Amino acid sequence: MIRFKEELYKWIFAVLALASLVFLVGIIITLFKESIPIFSHYSFFHLLFGTQWYPTFEPPEFGMFTLIFASVVVTLGSMLFCVPIGVGSALYIHEIASEKQRAFLKPIIEILAGIPSIIYGFFGMVIVAPLLQNVLDIPIGLCAFTASLVLGIMATPTVASLAEDALSFVPRSFREASLALGANRWQTLTKVIVPAAGSGISTAIILGMSRAVGETMTVLMVAGGAAVIPKSIFDPVRPMTSTIAAEMGEAVMGSTHFSALFAIGLILFLITLIINIIAEVISRRFRLKLGLGR
Amino acid sequence: MKRQSIYPHILSYMICLFFLTPANAAISKEAPADSKTITIKGSTTILPIAQIMAEEFMDKNKDISISVQGGGSGVGIASLIDKTADIADSSRKISPKELEQAKGSGVTPYENIIAMDGIAVVVHPSNIKNHFNTHQLRAVYTGKVSNWLEIGGENRKIVVISRDTSSGTYEAFANLALSGQKVRPDALITASNQTVNTTVAQTPGAIGYLGLGYVSKKVKAVRINNIECTKDTIRSGKYPLSRPLYMYTDGIPEGTVRRFIDYILSGQGQELVETEGFVGIRIQVYKNPDRDDK
Repeated sequence: MIRFKEELYKWIFAVLALASLVFLVGIIITLFKESIPIFSHYSFFHLLFGTQWYPTFEPPEFGMFTLIFASVVVTLGSMLFCVPIGVGSALYIHEIASEKQRAFLKPIIEILAGIPSIIYGFFGMVIVAPLLQNVLDIPIGLCAFTASLVLGIMATPTVASLAEDALSFVPRSFREASLALGANRWQTLTKVIVPAAGSGISTAIILGMSRAVGETMTVLMVAGGAAVIPKSIFDPVRPMTSTIAAEMGEAVMGSTHFSALFAIGLILFLITLIINIIAEVISRRFRLKLGLGR
Repeated sequence: MKRQSIYPHILSYMICLFFLTPANAAISKEAPADSKTITIKGSTTILPIAQIMAEEFMDKNKDISISVQGGGSGVGIASLIDKTADIADSSRKISPKELEQAKGSGVTPYENIIAMDGIAVVVHPSNIKNHFNTHQLRAVYTGKVSNWLEIGGENRKIVVISRDTSSGTYEAFANLALSGQKVRPDALITASNQTVNTTVAQTPGAIGYLGLGYVSKKVKAVRINNIECTKDTIRSGKYPLSRPLYMYTDGIPEGTVRRFIDYILSGQGQELVETEGFVGIRIQVYKNPDRDDK
């Protein structure tokens, strides 16, 4: 009887564990199936490097380069904000902060992670954009820079908490050895702890990037949405995610437009997949380096 | 006190139900012939009208259920053609291509004009320009003009705000104001009428367009070809950017669908149209697009 129960539980949990695999496979199949029609109408090269996005025009044009470029610009831009803030706060919380400060700062960062993205978008649209527009005297506040700033703030908690984890994985003995050799706290931090946690911190940054590239609601609201190659970071741009979100509702099912939006989704999926594989490879190397195995 | 079990009661109810069920089934089988349900799909512009009409109509006729869905004019007409909707809301005329498809599946789309919609062109209140001619409007939106100075305004960059290419308002604007030319690629794309309001109100150099019913007090509607955007000029069709809103049915509306359409076109229905921010027509127009071809 007990053996039967054990077997039963084993099966139940195996099914639950496999569920996410089923979802993943389902998503991949759907993405490929729905985006195939567009590749039979237009060449892959034409879609990827075309700069004209007029999906409802006659004849329609589906050049995705501006959209991909916008996603890349906004994501890299957001890194300029979230890497210093995220890694900086991780270092401060882990190395410098007192117990009291830590007990205060950590929950705050976690709350920041829990705020829905539409709130960030709203905040960016109503407060950040008009402020930047007035302060910097630019024609419109809804631009690549604003999107980068707001996305950077959004990705900060991911980077901060993962970087802090990486710092806490550095064995105590490293620190003790460094201090015993006569290094001060600053030297220990910059010469021993950070290099040891380096690849862990890189993983944190890359996962933050993956969060930023897939973010939809915020960029839809604050990036402006112009499908052009921006001349400056203060020009409006139109990332891939916001294109899908804005147009999917009205695209007729089974049309080339519908299929083109799935193709964007496929490209986006491949980008985040590559980013996540890189993060996984680096973090594995990191664990080996610290002698944590696997 | 004697406690009585409730089970005998339940049992007797069940027996009653058992005998009643066949009778009920017989009634419900007859129902589809008289069609007590109406499915409405289509334009998101017409969605608020369709929704309030459905609510009021169902209040008056308890036995009828109406389901209202958005999806866009194209989706609505496609649903009428594949017979998954009884009424297709459309903010544009049915296209020859769609008529062809309808003929193929034995559907004769019948045009019912239920209201008029006007597209107002709005600028920031501080803008010294109060009127446009259609030529200037087209030049601004297609990218021939980029500074207010060129069309008799201040020396300021024009921030052109458009709607996502799948929205009905965009489609109507492109047809009415741009005669089918492409909107400049660096125009900002916003996902709703409200966003157009907010963005124009925040941006001194902005120009945008939206349904008359959505124009807020924080923006300034301009005259087009010296004609102000008002209910009267829209109803008469004098205002250049006005358009009728359609409900397409399969053939001349009959039975419940006819009663519903008649309700919308009644004085009370047209009052509701106006409370939703559109312009009432009060004239019943039954015109078959099929006959136009001959």
